[in-house]
Amino acid sequence: MKIMISALCLVLACGNLMAESSKVIATGGATSIEGNSGGGIVPWATINGYSSSDEWSVNTFAARVGVKSFTLNSYGLGASFNNQWELSFARQDFSLDTIGGALRQDILGLKYKIAGELLYTTIPQISLGVQLKKNRDFALPSAVGAGDDSGYEFYVAATKVFFDAIAGRNLLLNATVRSTDAHQTGLLGFGGQGSEHQWMLETSAVLLLNYNLAIGTEFKQKPNQLSFADEQHWRDLFAAWFINKNASVVLGYVDLGDIAGLTEQTGFYLSVEGTW
Amino acid sequence: MVKYLLLIATLALTACQQKPESSLYQRLGAETGVENIVDSLLSGIEQDPSIVHHFSDTDIPRFRRLLIEQFCELSGGPCKYSGVSMQESHTGFQITQAHFDALVNHLIAAMQQQKVAIEAQNEFLALLAPMYKDVVYR
Repeated sequence: MKIMISALCLVLACGNLMAESSKVIATGGATSIEGNSGGGIVPWATINGYSSSDEWSVNTFAARVGVKSFTLNSYGLGASFNNQWELSFARQDFSLDTIGGALRQDILGLKYKIAGELLYTTIPQISLGVQLKKNRDFALPSAVGAGDDSGYEFYVAATKVFFDAIAGRNLLLNATVRSTDAHQTGLLGFGGQGSEHQWMLETSAVLLLNYNLAIGTEFKQKPNQLSFADEQHWRDLFAAWFINKNASVVLGYVDLGDIAGLTEQTGFYLSVEGTW
Repeated sequence: MVKYLLLIATLALTACQQKPESSLYQRLGAETGVENIVDSLLSGIEQDPSIVHHFSDTDIPRFRRLLIEQFCELSGGPCKYSGVSMQESHTGFQITQAHFDALVNHLIAAMQQQKVAIEAQNEFLALLAPMYKDVVYR
């Protein structure tokens, strides 16, 4: 924790000195609970922050998801370069409010833009990403059948902004396919008996009401490979406020389905992000 | 049922026809509006050290006139752009994505300053965004 804070102070200090932010507001996206640029639960092809070509930027975020029987706190930091590379780190703390205890995991992410420009090209912006996830608590995941306390995920994301699409407003559409063997995104571990990597589809649609406000919805398909309890696909609705190029807030409603046998896990989502 | 749908469709279409949408040029503020947007954009460029060097050899009054012509013609106004193609005018200037982004920011600021409606701004940006490929890294 101390190291993270020192690292953050260091990047912030450097950020004030050198980071640049030429990109148009909101084009860095928000930060998902996994720490990468995206919506709330889906990674996009966007690169976090506002650094354009030959520029770099840093960002930090804190998010909370509160559903009926669980609370997820997620926080982390990231760095982007050239509007092409994105490195991110997130720490998740999932409190089992009803059952007791907590599940924690760390996520290291790397994203690389391979083609297209979000605003300017006919083809969507396309990025490749990889995430390494590591459980910090594995007793419960192991007990319910997970084979590994760590896992990796690959994804390909395509994102495009359509100008003047609905009622004169710009529309962002995103589709992501992710290869994963994570149970409940990794909070309940990875792999195990009969579990394998599967390709999952995740989508987002966001209407930009103006330069600073957006409303959106997301869908995240998830595998269901742990026999002890069914898991469901996730959905959310959100409103995002890009206050300026340094701060944004996202407020949402989430439907996480059943988790560990506890049904209808719906609730709120709140995320704040700083970018420099 | 089909009859009703047809009736509703006809009514809706007539309603639309009775309220002809003014051209984008009109909604940008016509002649004065486009001139103000261009002047505001030029002033933004002038104050931006990241891109102003691209214009060190530019004949600014001529550039201003061409930009007004281009914005006017693009938005459906009664003008004819008399300059060379975007690709021709930007080749060799080593314009990067950051430079292009900076210009877009200045244009948005100029339109905001002129109180252009968000719908018209987006419609105009939709016309300009595809020029990226002719301008950047040429």
